[in-house]
Amino acid sequence: MRAAFTRLLRGQGEILGLLVFFAVVLVFFGLTTPRFLAAGTFQSIAFQLPELGLLTLAMLLPILSGGLNLAITFTANIAGLAMAWVIQLGGGPEAGLMMVLLGTAAALAVGALAGGVMGVVVAFVGAHPILVSLAMMIFLRGLGEFLTRGGDISGFPPFIATIGHGTVFGIPLPLLILLVAALLWQVLLGRSRFGFSTYMAGSNLEATRYSGIDTRRVLVLVYVLSGVMSAVAGILMLTRFNSVRVGHGEAYLLITVLACFLGGVDPFGGFGRTAAVVLALVILQTIASGLNLMGAHQHLATALWGVFLIAVMVGRWVWQRWSWRAPG
Amino acid sequence: MPEPGMPGAGRRWLPRSTEGWLTLVILVFGGVLGLATDTFLTFANLFDLLNISAFNAIMAVGLLVVLVAGGIDISFAVAASVVQYLTAVTVMQLGGGNWAIGLVLASAFGFMLGAINASLIYYFRIISIVVTIATFNIFFGLLMFFTRGRSIYDLPDWLLDRIIVFEFETPGGDFAFLTLPVVVMMAVVVATWLFLNRSSLGRQLYAMGDNAEGARRVGINIAAMHFLAYGWLGVCAGIGGLMQAHYVQEVVPNALYGRELDVLAAVVLGGARLGGGRGTILGALLGVTLVTMTQNGLNLMGVSPYAFQMVVGLVILVAITMSNLEGLEAFIRRFRSGRARAEAGRQG
Amino acid sequence: MPTWGFEAVRGGATDAAPRILAVEHVSKVFGGVQALVDVDFDVLEGEVHCLAGENGCGKSTLIKIVSGVHAPEPGAVLRFAGERVEGLTPVTARRLGIQVIWQDLALFPEMTVAENIAFEANLGGRPRWVDYGAMRRTAAQVLERLGVTLPTGRPLRELGIAQRQVVAIARALVAEARLVFMDEPTASLTQAETRALFEVVHRLKADGIATVFVSHRLAEVLEIAERVTVLRDGRMVGVYPAAELTQNRLAELMTGEAHEAVVRAQDRSAGRVVLEVEGLARAGEYEDVSFSLHAGEILGITGLLGAGRTEVAATLFGLTSPDRGDIRLDGRELRLGSNRDAIRSGIAYVSEDRLSLGLVQPQSISRNIAITVLDRLLGLLGLLDPEKERRLVAGWVDRLKIRIGRPEDAVATLSGGNQQRVVLAKWLATEPRLLILDSPTVGVDIGARAGIFQIVRELAASGLAILMISDEIPELYHNADRILHMRAGRLIGEFQPGEAPIEAIEAAVHA
Repeated sequence: MRAAFTRLLRGQGEILGLLVFFAVVLVFFGLTTPRFLAAGTFQSIAFQLPELGLLTLAMLLPILSGGLNLAITFTANIAGLAMAWVIQLGGGPEAGLMMVLLGTAAALAVGALAGGVMGVVVAFVGAHPILVSLAMMIFLRGLGEFLTRGGDISGFPPFIATIGHGTVFGIPLPLLILLVAALLWQVLLGRSRFGFSTYMAGSNLEATRYSGIDTRRVLVLVYVLSGVMSAVAGILMLTRFNSVRVGHGEAYLLITVLACFLGGVDPFGGFGRTAAVVLALVILQTIASGLNLMGAHQHLATALWGVFLIAVMVGRWVWQRWSWRAPG
Repeated sequence: MPEPGMPGAGRRWLPRSTEGWLTLVILVFGGVLGLATDTFLTFANLFDLLNISAFNAIMAVGLLVVLVAGGIDISFAVAASVVQYLTAVTVMQLGGGNWAIGLVLASAFGFMLGAINASLIYYFRIISIVVTIATFNIFFGLLMFFTRGRSIYDLPDWLLDRIIVFEFETPGGDFAFLTLPVVVMMAVVVATWLFLNRSSLGRQLYAMGDNAEGARRVGINIAAMHFLAYGWLGVCAGIGGLMQAHYVQEVVPNALYGRELDVLAAVVLGGARLGGGRGTILGALLGVTLVTMTQNGLNLMGVSPYAFQMVVGLVILVAITMSNLEGLEAFIRRFRSGRARAEAGRQG
Repeated sequence: MPTWGFEAVRGGATDAAPRILAVEHVSKVFGGVQALVDVDFDVLEGEVHCLAGENGCGKSTLIKIVSGVHAPEPGAVLRFAGERVEGLTPVTARRLGIQVIWQDLALFPEMTVAENIAFEANLGGRPRWVDYGAMRRTAAQVLERLGVTLPTGRPLRELGIAQRQVVAIARALVAEARLVFMDEPTASLTQAETRALFEVVHRLKADGIATVFVSHRLAEVLEIAERVTVLRDGRMVGVYPAAELTQNRLAELMTGEAHEAVVRAQDRSAGRVVLEVEGLARAGEYEDVSFSLHAGEILGITGLLGAGRTEVAATLFGLTSPDRGDIRLDGRELRLGSNRDAIRSGIAYVSEDRLSLGLVQPQSISRNIAITVLDRLLGLLGLLDPEKERRLVAGWVDRLKIRIGRPEDAVATLSGGNQQRVVLAKWLATEPRLLILDSPTVGVDIGARAGIFQIVRELAASGLAILMISDEIPELYHNADRILHMRAGRLIGEFQPGEAPIEAIEAAVHA
C-alpha cells in the first residue's frame, strides 16, 4: 500500500509542488483581496484562461522539440483575419453558418501554412528556430498591419458570440475548447509516435534520426500543429471580442513561455508534460485575475510577469543544483 | 547552424561573402529606386537617410557584440527608452547638465541595464532569449508604470538644439546636412570595430562565441566576457537613446518599443550568426542600410508604410533559406518523391 | 585466462635527467567510483613519455589532475621541476608551462590559423591592442620551428583535422610549454599524418620540451616513446622502458589478459550469403569495395581511422548514397534512400559515437530501446501501448542482462558497458539480418568488453550476419571469422585469425 503510494508520488513531484503553489496563491489573494474568493472571479478566470491556454499549447510543442515559436500571437491574429475576411465575403453580420465554418477552415489553414513554412525552414535548412520564428513574426505582423491599416475588423453574425461567451451545463464553451485541446495534446505527446519522436528529437536530433525516426517530418509537424493551435486561439479571440485587431494578445507571448517553464518544461527541449503546463497556466491566470482585482496597473503587471519569469528560472536553477548535490 | 555557403559559391562572378551579396543587392536595389523615383538618389534624401538611421546603426553594432559572443538580446530598445528617461530626469535634477554629463550618464545607465541581463544569464545559467524576454517586459512595464505613459518635452536646451555638423546646398537648391547623431554613430562604430577586431578583450569575446568550451579551457574569464558583451550593448543603447531623444526633441516612453526587431533583422541580414563567433561590423552596417533603404524606398514609391515590416520579415526568411540551398533542394526532392510515391500508390 | 597482477613498479625514473614532473599517491573518486587509486607518475625533462591503457583506465583523469582541471584527493604530492606545487588550477598549470592538447583541441574555427596559434597574445584580463603582424610573425616562427607550412591567413575551419592538431601544438609552443600532454592525438590521423606528427614530437624533444603521449595504439606507443607508464582500472601497472616491451607484452599489461587467448575463427563460407557488396565507391571516401558476408559470420574490418571504414558502414546503413556499385541483401538489390529504408530492410548499425549518435543520453532507458520499433508498440486507436513498451524493455533487459535501476532512468546514468547493451537491445529489437558494429568497445570498461563480445558471438551463432569495424586488432582477432584490411578507401587484404599471427596483422595495418 505504502509502496504503491510512493510510486504514485514519484514523478508527480512537480504537480504536487504546483498544487501547493496554487494553494499559496489562493490564500494570498483570498486574504489580501476581499472580493477574490467569489464565484465571479472564477467565472472570469474560466473565460480568460482559454486564449492564453491555447497559445501556451502552441508554444509547448516547439519548446519540447528543442526550439521556440515567437510567432504564435501573430499567427493567431492572421488566422483570425482570414476568418474575418471569409465572413465579410459571406455578408458580414448576415453571414450564415456555412460561411463561418468556411472561415474557421480558412483560419486553420492559414495557421498550418505559417507553421509549415517555419517548420520546413527549421527542419530542412537547419536554421535557428528563434531566428526563423522571429522573421515569421515580423512578416505576419507586417502583413496584418498592411491588411488592416492598424484598425479593427468587426461585423460578424451575432451567433458567433455564443462560442466566446456561451456555456454548456454551466461550463464556459471556451474552457471546453481548451480542455479538448489540452486532452488532445496530452494524448499526442504521451501516447503517439509523433509525441515520442518529438521528445527524443528535442533531446538529441541526430541520435533520433540515426534510430530511424524521420526527424524532418517530425519538426515540420511540430510547427504545423503549433500554427494550427495558434489559429484556434485566434478564432477564439475573434468570437470573444467580436473583432480582430493585429497585435491583440501580443503580451501573451511572455506568459506562454512563463507557463511552460513554470510547468517544468526543459528550456533546451526533450522534457515537459502537458498536465503540469496546464496546471501552471491555471495558476498564472489566477494570479492575473487576482492582480486585476487588486487594481494593479496594467504595465506594473507586465513588469511583474517578467520578474516572475526570472524568479521561476532562478528557482529551477537552485532546485537543479540542490537535487544534483543531494544524492552524492 | 549551416555554413553560409552562399548560392553559386562556385561561380566566379558572384560574391562569395555575405557582405558581398549585401553590397550587390544594395547597389541593384538603389539603382532600381533611383530609376523608379526621382527623389531617392538625391543628396538631400541620402543624407536624410543617414540622419535617420544613426540610431539603428548604433544599436546594431552594439547588438553585434552580443551576437558575436554567442548570446541574443531583445531588451535593448526598451532599455534605451529607460535610459532616456533616467538621463533626462537626472540632468534636470542636476540643474541642466551638458553633453558630457549626458553622455556619461546615458552610458552608465545603459551599462547597468546590460549588466542585469549579463548577471542573470551567467550566474543562473538561464538562456539569453528567456532572460531578455523577461527584462524586456520588466523594463517596459516599469517605465510605463512610473511615467504613467507621459512624455517629457521639457528637456534641457543642449539636448534640444539641433547641431548640424556639415551642411551644403545641393545643385537642386535643397540643403543636405549631417547632424550630431551621425558623428556619434561614426564614433560608436569605430570604437566597436576597434574593440571587436583590435583589442585583446574583443578577440576573447569572439573566441567565446566561437567555441565556449575551448574559451574556458584556454582560461578566458567567461563571467567578465558576459558583462563586457551585454554591457557594451547597454552603453550603445544608452548613447543611441540619447541621440534619438535629441533627434526627435522629446522623450516618449514607448517610442522605441518594437525597434529591437528592426535592428535584430538588420544585424542578422548582415551575416551575424545566432550562436556566436561570426559577424562583422561591415555586415551589420550593410544590413542596417538595406533595411533603411527598404523602408525609404517603399515610402518613396508610395507603398503603404505597413508593408515595410512584411517585406523585412520576408527578406530575412529568404536570406536564411538561401544560406543553405542544399536543405531547400532536399525539401523539393522529398516533396516530389512523396508525390511520385503517392501517384504510384494510386496506380498500384 | 591468466590475469596479470599489479606489479606496482614505482618511481621507475633513472636519474639520467632531472624530472620535470613527478606526482605521487594520486587518487581520485567520482561519485563513489575510484577513477584513480594511488598512482605515481613522473616525466623527465625532454622525454617522450607514453601514458598507455585502455579506455576508462584513468589516463584522462590523470591528465586533468596534473593540468589543474581536477583536484586530486588529499594526500597527493605534485612536483614540477623539483618544486612542490599545491592547489594547481588550469591557469597556474599553464603558467608553469604545462600544456594539454585535448582531443577536441579547443581551437576557434572562425579565426585565422595565425590568430589561433598566437591566441596567447589575446589572453589575460588587461586590455591591449592586438598586433596582427606580430601574431603572423609568431605563427610563422613557431611553424618553422616545427618544420610545417600552413595557410596562416585562412580561417581554421578550412583546415583538416591533422592540420588543426599541428595548430594546437603550435599554440602550446607559443605559450612556452615545458611539458605537453597530447590526448589521443593520432585518433583521427592518417598514417602519413601520424608520421608528420611524430616528426613534430621529435622536434619538441630536441628543444628540451617533454611530451606525454596518450594512446592505446600499441605500435605507435612503442615507436615514439622512451618510457611507458601503463594504467589499468585506475591503478598503476608499472613504468617500462619502451625498448624492453613488445606489442604483445604491452597489450597484456594494458588489458591484464594474456593474448594467446582463444581464436574462434571458422570458415563460414558454406552458409547462406546475407550481404554482398560489389564495386562500391563514393568519391573522396572509398573505392572499389567488394566483399560478401555469410549468415552466422563475424566479419571484421580494420585499418587506421580515416581509412574509409565508417564511411562504408554509413553507406550500408543508408546515411550516404554510393556513386557506383551494388549492395545486395539476401540476394535482393538494395536502393537505400535513408537509414529508415536500411532499417526496414533489416540492417542495424551500432555507431562508434554512442554519446551523440548511438543513444539519446538524457532520455530514459525504456524510450531508447523502444525508439526503433514504435510501430510494433501500437495498441488501441493506433496509440502507443505502455504495457507493450514495458514488456519489450523488460524482455531485452533480461535477455541481454542489462543492469539497470528503473527503466525510466536516463540512459546516461548507466555505465559504458550497460549503455552499449542498451544500444544492442534497441537494434536487436528490429530483428535485423545484418548487424554493423562500429568500434563496439569504445568507452566500455575492460571488464565489460568480454560480455559484449559474448553477446555478439551468440547472435552470430543464431545466424545473424555481423560486420564488425574496429581498430583494436586483438578484439577482431579473437572474435571475428575473417578480417578485412582497409587503407585509403580500399580493401587491400584479408586475414584468417589463427592462420596469420596477430603480430603480422598489426604490422600490416600499422605499416
